[in-house]
Amino acid sequence: MLPFFLFSGMFLIAPAIILAYRSLEGPDGTLTLDNYRALTTDTVIAAYSMSVRISLTTAVIGGLVGFFLAWAVSMGGLPRPFRSGLTTFSGVASNFAGVPLAAAFIFTLGRIGVLTALFQLIGVDLYGGGFTIYSYWGLSLVYLFFQIPLMVLVMLPALDGLKQDWREAAENLGATPGQYWRRVALPVLLPSILGTMILLFGNAFGAHATAYALTGGLLPLATLLIGQQISGDVLNNPGLGYAVAMGMVFIMGLSIVLYSILQRRSERWLG
Amino acid sequence: MSGFLSLHGIRKEFNGVVAVDTFDLDVEPGEFVSFLGPSGCGKTTTLRMVAGFEQPTAGTIRLAGKDVTYAKANERNIGMVFQSYALFPNMTVAENIAFGLRVRKEEGSARSDRVSELLDLIHLPDKAKSYPNELSGGQQQRVALARALAIRPQLLLLDEPLSALDAKIRDDLRAEIRRIQRQLNITTIYVTHDQEEALALSDRVVVMSKGRMEQVGEPFEIYNNPATGFVASFVGQLNRLPVTVEDPALGRIRMGRNELRTTSMIEAPTGAGVSLMMRPEEITLDDAEENVLEGIVETVTFLGSIVRVQVGVEGSKVIADLFNERLLELPEAGDSTRISFPPHACWVMA
Ligand SMILES: Nc1ncnc2c1ncn2[C@@H]1O[C@H](COP(=O)(O)OP(=O)(O)OP(=O)(O)O)[C@@H](O)[C@H]1O
Ligand SMILES: [Mg+2]
Repeated sequence: MLPFFLFSGMFLIAPAIILAYRSLEGPDGTLTLDNYRALTTDTVIAAYSMSVRISLTTAVIGGLVGFFLAWAVSMGGLPRPFRSGLTTFSGVASNFAGVPLAAAFIFTLGRIGVLTALFQLIGVDLYGGGFTIYSYWGLSLVYLFFQIPLMVLVMLPALDGLKQDWREAAENLGATPGQYWRRVALPVLLPSILGTMILLFGNAFGAHATAYALTGGLLPLATLLIGQQISGDVLNNPGLGYAVAMGMVFIMGLSIVLYSILQRRSERWLG
Repeated sequence: MSGFLSLHGIRKEFNGVVAVDTFDLDVEPGEFVSFLGPSGCGKTTTLRMVAGFEQPTAGTIRLAGKDVTYAKANERNIGMVFQSYALFPNMTVAENIAFGLRVRKEEGSARSDRVSELLDLIHLPDKAKSYPNELSGGQQQRVALARALAIRPQLLLLDEPLSALDAKIRDDLRAEIRRIQRQLNITTIYVTHDQEEALALSDRVVVMSKGRMEQVGEPFEIYNNPATGFVASFVGQLNRLPVTVEDPALGRIRMGRNELRTTSMIEAPTGAGVSLMMRPEEITLDDAEENVLEGIVETVTFLGSIVRVQVGVEGSKVIADLFNERLLELPEAGDSTRISFPPHACWVMA
């Protein structure tokens, strides 16, 4: 137990306390609540709302697509190799983030990317049609590249946890496959589906490197705002940066609580 | 005239490997039939074909006069109880029991009446709102039974329903299953590898081995007149002594220097080497007029109501089960003793 407390003390609690303290510091080093008042300014609200929107979008879309993929390879009747292929790919892709991921997308879907050029060859002008990878939807697309695989990785074992006996018991009692899914399989899976979507939300919400590498500071995101306030910028105000970070800690904490409640339920059912 | 449930020439192969072969059985309405056999002999596979989860490679299954060989599992109206209980974890006990009625779109009030009726039947009226993970294994299996019965099935199938439970609960629930089956007079097939369970519960027992039926009969008949060597040794304990036929007509046989006699038929010629079989409970350690053998006591095991004595006789082992009577004088390992058995209680097998 002691190593745990030492460890979490050093790497979790101490930084949190420092963060909280710094968020209460004004530019001149005096204690103040100004930084928290500044959280209600338009810039900060816009950044939070953009972060939340992108995170929600990619969590929901990534969750649905990932769930469907996992379902398809585990019980949708696809041949066995599909499953191991998808698992391997997901293992790699779910960890693919930051500068390399951004670079990969810029090279393929950027203004002069390979796919963009290919589309142009067949007469589809992506950028002329208003699309840009440096936008809300562009960034969402990039995030989905690791969100979907993460969902696949978490859902596969959950789907395996559905007992064959449940399906047969339902069938034996007269249920159609649809009734079985609606009344048994989906309700049993729902906590893990929702829980994993929250995980995806947090995953996107906290992402910084990918967004920075892809868009620079073009999109107002909470993580980018923190970066701007704490380092470099002429107009910076570290105290405000720390306050924004505290707000993120709060939102993340809420997600973690929700996640663990759902996780406990799904473990009881699928364990 | 075939039975209420009739399996005819049933055969099942998995990728060319035979799991069940030439299975023929007629079950009468209200009858309780057990499938008994060692692991892998095809009991579950046969039951799953009746339930509709597997399709036979050959043969027909008829239920209440209708050919259901290829009918869908969800259209057979057969109740099934699984070894793992298979209760839906997201539903309460009441919702589990009501599930079959719900998917049949049965009306709400009729549904809840039926649920309370079944909760009474399984003696769990106050568990309606509990979730499966809040129940003991025995209680879960009762609920699974109620859920299967709720749809008023034509046939009840149970696949080793008690094998995950403790011995004490197993005995209680065994009696409970039989009581409920009698009360509802529902035709039942019960799969088990536990011979005691099969003998205690069933109207008839089907003994299976390697995908084939070895014998079908009432428990008494299976135990006392086993049709094959397999049945004889699988159902109950059995002693087997190597003997030589002396006079088949008179039932005379010989083991070493000892003359023995059986009243059952000997279908082997004089001089043939055969086995003489007898149940442990037929053997006594008293002196008798005939069929007496001398041996040395090897082990004595106290089993409660009986005492099991293993005696070495001319290189063979003989097990004798003696009633634990008050005055029984227990032999000890190393004692020399005489064993005997009546001529009507032993028989010859090739
Ligand atoms: N889906 C399947 N695919 C391939 N082989 C199978 C399948 N189901 C059963 N078998 C084989 O068929 C044979 C009979 O199996 P079955 O499950 O019916 O035995 P059982 O009598 O129920 O045994 P147990 O007491 O262990 O449950 C076994 O050899 C088993 O390996
Ligand atoms: Mg089985």
